Amino acid sequence: MAIAEKALAELTDISSQVRAAVLFDGGGKVLASTLPAERADSFAIAARLLWEQAEVVRGEDEAKLTQLEAATKNGSVFVVREAEQTLAAVTSPEPTAGLVFYDLRSALRAAAEKPKKRRAPAKKATPKTKPKAKPGGSS
Amino acid sequence: MDRRSALAFGAAIGTLLGIGLYGRFIRQDQRVDLYFEDGSMVSLAGGSPEAAVVIPYAREALRAAQ
Repeated sequence: MAIAEKALAELTDISSQVRAAVLFDGGGKVLASTLPAERADSFAIAARLLWEQAEVVRGEDEAKLTQLEAATKNGSVFVVREAEQTLAAVTSPEPTAGLVFYDLRSALRAAAEKPKKRRAPAKKATPKTKPKAKPGGSS
Repeated sequence: MDRRSALAFGAAIGTLLGIGLYGRFIRQDQRVDLYFEDGSMVSLAGGSPEAAVVIPYAREALRAAQ
Protein backbone atom coordinates (compact mmCIF):
# COMPACT_ATOMS: atom_id res chain seq x y z
CA MET A 1 0.00 0.00 0.00
CA ALA A 2 1.36 3.46 -0.91
CA ILE A 3 2.25 5.82 1.91
CA ALA A 4 -0.56 8.28 1.03
CA GLU A 5 -3.19 5.51 0.93
CA LYS A 6 -1.92 4.22 4.26
CA ALA A 7 -2.10 7.72 5.79
CA LEU A 8 -5.76 8.08 4.73
CA ALA A 9 -6.63 4.60 5.98
CA GLU A 10 -5.11 5.49 9.36
CA LEU A 11 -7.02 8.79 9.35
CA THR A 12 -10.40 7.08 8.98
CA ASP A 13 -9.37 4.52 11.62
CA ILE A 14 -8.31 7.15 14.15
CA SER A 15 -11.04 9.73 13.57
CA SER A 16 -14.53 8.29 13.89
CA GLN A 17 -15.94 11.60 12.66
CA VAL A 18 -14.25 11.41 9.24
CA ARG A 19 -16.44 9.56 6.75
CA ALA A 20 -14.30 9.95 3.63
CA ALA A 21 -11.12 11.70 2.57
CA VAL A 22 -9.29 12.46 -0.63
CA LEU A 23 -5.76 13.75 -1.20
CA PHE A 24 -5.00 15.65 -4.39
CA ASP A 25 -2.20 17.76 -5.82
CA GLY A 26 -2.14 21.35 -7.10
CA GLY A 27 -3.45 20.26 -10.48
CA GLY A 28 -6.41 18.44 -8.97
CA LYS A 29 -4.98 14.98 -9.60
CA VAL A 30 -6.16 12.49 -6.97
CA LEU A 31 -3.17 10.98 -5.16
CA ALA A 32 -5.06 8.86 -2.66
CA SER A 33 -8.61 8.40 -1.50
CA THR A 34 -10.88 6.35 0.72
CA LEU A 35 -13.55 6.50 -2.01
CA PRO A 36 -13.90 4.63 -5.31
CA ALA A 37 -12.09 6.38 -8.21
CA GLU A 38 -15.10 8.10 -9.82
CA ARG A 39 -16.48 9.49 -6.58
CA ALA A 40 -12.98 10.48 -5.48
CA ASP A 41 -12.61 12.57 -8.66
CA SER A 42 -15.99 14.28 -8.13
CA PHE A 43 -15.17 14.95 -4.48
CA ALA A 44 -11.74 16.37 -5.36
CA ILE A 45 -13.24 18.68 -8.01
CA ALA A 46 -15.92 19.97 -5.61
CA ALA A 47 -13.36 20.46 -2.81
CA ARG A 48 -11.05 22.34 -5.15
CA LEU A 49 -13.85 24.65 -6.30
CA LEU A 50 -14.89 25.16 -2.68
CA TRP A 51 -11.33 26.19 -1.85
CA GLU A 52 -11.09 28.55 -4.83
CA GLN A 53 -14.38 30.26 -3.93
CA ALA A 54 -13.29 30.59 -0.30
CA GLU A 55 -10.00 32.21 -1.38
CA VAL A 56 -11.94 34.87 -3.28
CA VAL A 57 -13.82 35.90 -0.12
CA ARG A 58 -10.82 37.59 1.45
CA GLY A 59 -9.01 38.75 -1.66
CA GLU A 60 -5.55 38.05 -3.03
CA ASP A 61 -3.69 40.73 -1.07
CA GLU A 62 -4.54 39.25 2.30
CA ALA A 63 -3.00 36.28 4.11
CA LYS A 64 -3.16 32.90 2.42
CA LEU A 65 -5.95 30.49 3.25
CA THR A 66 -4.60 27.40 5.05
CA GLN A 67 -7.72 25.47 6.04
CA LEU A 68 -11.48 25.70 5.99
CA GLU A 69 -14.61 24.08 7.34
CA ALA A 70 -17.94 24.34 5.55
CA ALA A 71 -20.70 23.13 7.86
CA THR A 72 -24.14 22.09 6.68
CA LYS A 73 -26.89 20.18 8.47
CA ASN A 74 -25.94 17.01 6.56
CA GLY A 75 -22.28 17.14 7.52
CA SER A 76 -19.14 19.21 7.25
CA VAL A 77 -16.46 19.48 4.60
CA PHE A 78 -12.91 20.14 5.77
CA VAL A 79 -10.12 21.18 3.42
CA VAL A 80 -6.49 21.54 4.52
CA ARG A 81 -3.63 22.59 2.24
CA GLU A 82 0.10 22.31 2.77
CA ALA A 83 2.64 23.04 0.05
CA GLU A 84 1.15 21.61 -3.15
CA GLN A 85 -0.99 18.94 -1.52
CA THR A 86 -4.58 19.31 -0.40
CA LEU A 87 -6.52 16.96 1.84
CA ALA A 88 -10.32 17.18 1.85
CA ALA A 89 -12.57 15.23 4.18
CA VAL A 90 -16.25 14.84 4.93
CA THR A 91 -17.52 14.39 8.48
CA SER A 92 -20.78 13.79 10.27
CA PRO A 93 -22.75 16.90 11.35
CA GLU A 94 -21.38 19.03 14.20
CA PRO A 95 -17.89 17.54 14.40
CA THR A 96 -15.16 18.62 16.82
CA ALA A 97 -13.46 20.92 14.34
CA GLY A 98 -10.16 21.27 16.22
CA LEU A 99 -9.67 17.52 16.42
CA VAL A 100 -10.57 16.97 12.79
CA PHE A 101 -8.12 19.68 11.65
CA TYR A 102 -5.39 18.13 13.81
CA ASP A 103 -6.01 14.66 12.37
CA LEU A 104 -6.10 15.99 8.80
CA ARG A 105 -2.80 17.86 9.24
CA SER A 106 -1.16 14.77 10.71
CA ALA A 107 -2.42 12.64 7.81
CA LEU A 108 -1.27 15.24 5.28
CA ARG A 109 2.24 15.26 6.75
CA ALA A 110 2.34 11.48 6.91
CA ALA A 111 1.27 11.27 3.27
CA ALA A 112 3.96 13.73 2.23
CA GLU A 113 6.74 11.72 3.88
CA LYS A 114 9.09 10.06 1.45
CA PRO A 115 9.64 6.35 1.86
CA LYS A 116 12.82 5.57 3.72
CA LYS A 117 15.37 3.71 1.67
CA ARG A 118 16.38 0.44 3.17
CA ARG A 119 20.09 0.05 3.57
CA ALA A 120 21.70 -3.17 2.55
CA PRO A 121 23.05 -5.05 5.53
CA ALA A 122 26.65 -4.13 6.22
CA LYS A 123 29.12 -6.72 5.05
CA LYS A 124 31.61 -8.06 7.48
CA ALA A 125 35.08 -6.73 6.83
CA THR A 126 37.30 -9.50 5.63
CA PRO A 127 41.05 -9.12 5.49
CA LYS A 128 42.26 -9.06 1.90
CA THR A 129 45.74 -10.35 2.64
CA LYS A 130 47.01 -12.70 5.21
CA PRO A 131 48.81 -11.00 8.05
CA LYS A 132 52.52 -11.27 7.64
CA ALA A 133 54.51 -13.13 10.19
CA LYS A 134 56.38 -10.84 12.49
CA PRO A 135 60.06 -10.63 11.63
CA GLY A 136 62.24 -11.97 14.36
CA GLY A 137 59.44 -13.75 15.98
CA SER A 138 59.83 -16.71 18.28
CA SER A 139 61.70 -19.64 16.68
CA MET B 1 -61.57 45.32 14.62
CA ASP B 2 -63.87 42.56 13.38
CA ARG B 3 -63.10 38.86 13.62
CA ARG B 4 -61.88 38.52 10.03
CA SER B 5 -59.37 41.36 10.41
CA ALA B 6 -58.10 39.84 13.66
CA LEU B 7 -57.56 36.48 11.93
CA ALA B 8 -55.67 38.13 9.05
CA PHE B 9 -53.54 40.09 11.52
CA GLY B 10 -52.78 36.89 13.46
CA ALA B 11 -51.83 35.04 10.28
CA ALA B 12 -49.50 37.86 9.23
CA ILE B 13 -47.80 37.86 12.62
CA GLY B 14 -47.45 34.06 12.51
CA THR B 15 -45.88 34.20 9.05
CA LEU B 16 -43.36 36.81 10.15
CA LEU B 17 -42.48 34.76 13.22
CA GLY B 18 -42.03 31.66 11.06
CA ILE B 19 -39.68 33.47 8.70
CA GLY B 20 -37.70 34.79 11.66
CA LEU B 21 -37.40 31.37 13.27
CA TYR B 22 -36.38 29.81 9.94
CA GLY B 23 -33.63 32.38 9.57
CA ARG B 24 -32.55 31.96 13.19
CA PHE B 25 -32.43 28.18 13.49
CA ILE B 26 -32.51 26.52 10.07
CA ARG B 27 -30.08 28.68 8.11
CA GLN B 28 -27.72 28.97 11.07
CA ASP B 29 -26.95 25.26 10.58
CA GLN B 30 -24.81 26.39 7.68
CA ARG B 31 -21.55 28.19 8.21
CA VAL B 32 -18.13 28.49 6.62
CA ASP B 33 -15.02 29.00 8.75
CA LEU B 34 -11.89 30.16 6.97
CA TYR B 35 -8.46 29.98 8.63
CA PHE B 36 -5.57 32.04 7.30
CA GLU B 37 -1.79 31.83 7.40
CA ASP B 38 -1.48 34.78 9.79
CA GLY B 39 -3.64 32.99 12.38
CA SER B 40 -6.82 34.94 11.66
CA MET B 41 -10.18 33.29 11.14
CA VAL B 42 -13.30 34.46 9.32
CA SER B 43 -16.67 32.84 9.97
CA LEU B 44 -19.30 33.30 7.29
CA ALA B 45 -22.86 32.88 8.56
CA GLY B 46 -25.16 30.67 6.52
CA GLY B 47 -27.34 33.54 5.34
CA SER B 48 -24.49 35.82 4.22
CA PRO B 49 -23.87 36.48 0.50
CA GLU B 50 -20.28 35.13 0.76
CA ALA B 51 -21.45 31.86 2.30
CA ALA B 52 -24.18 31.58 -0.33
CA VAL B 53 -21.42 31.35 -2.96
CA VAL B 54 -19.33 28.78 -1.07
CA ILE B 55 -21.98 26.49 0.49
CA PRO B 56 -23.21 24.92 -2.81
CA TYR B 57 -19.70 23.53 -3.43
CA ALA B 58 -19.69 22.06 0.08
CA ARG B 59 -23.03 20.40 -0.63
CA GLU B 60 -21.64 19.06 -3.91
CA ALA B 61 -18.61 17.65 -2.06
CA LEU B 62 -20.88 16.01 0.52
CA ARG B 63 -23.00 14.50 -2.27
CA ALA B 64 -19.92 13.15 -4.03
CA ALA B 65 -18.61 11.58 -0.84
CA GLN B 66 -21.85 9.78 0.06
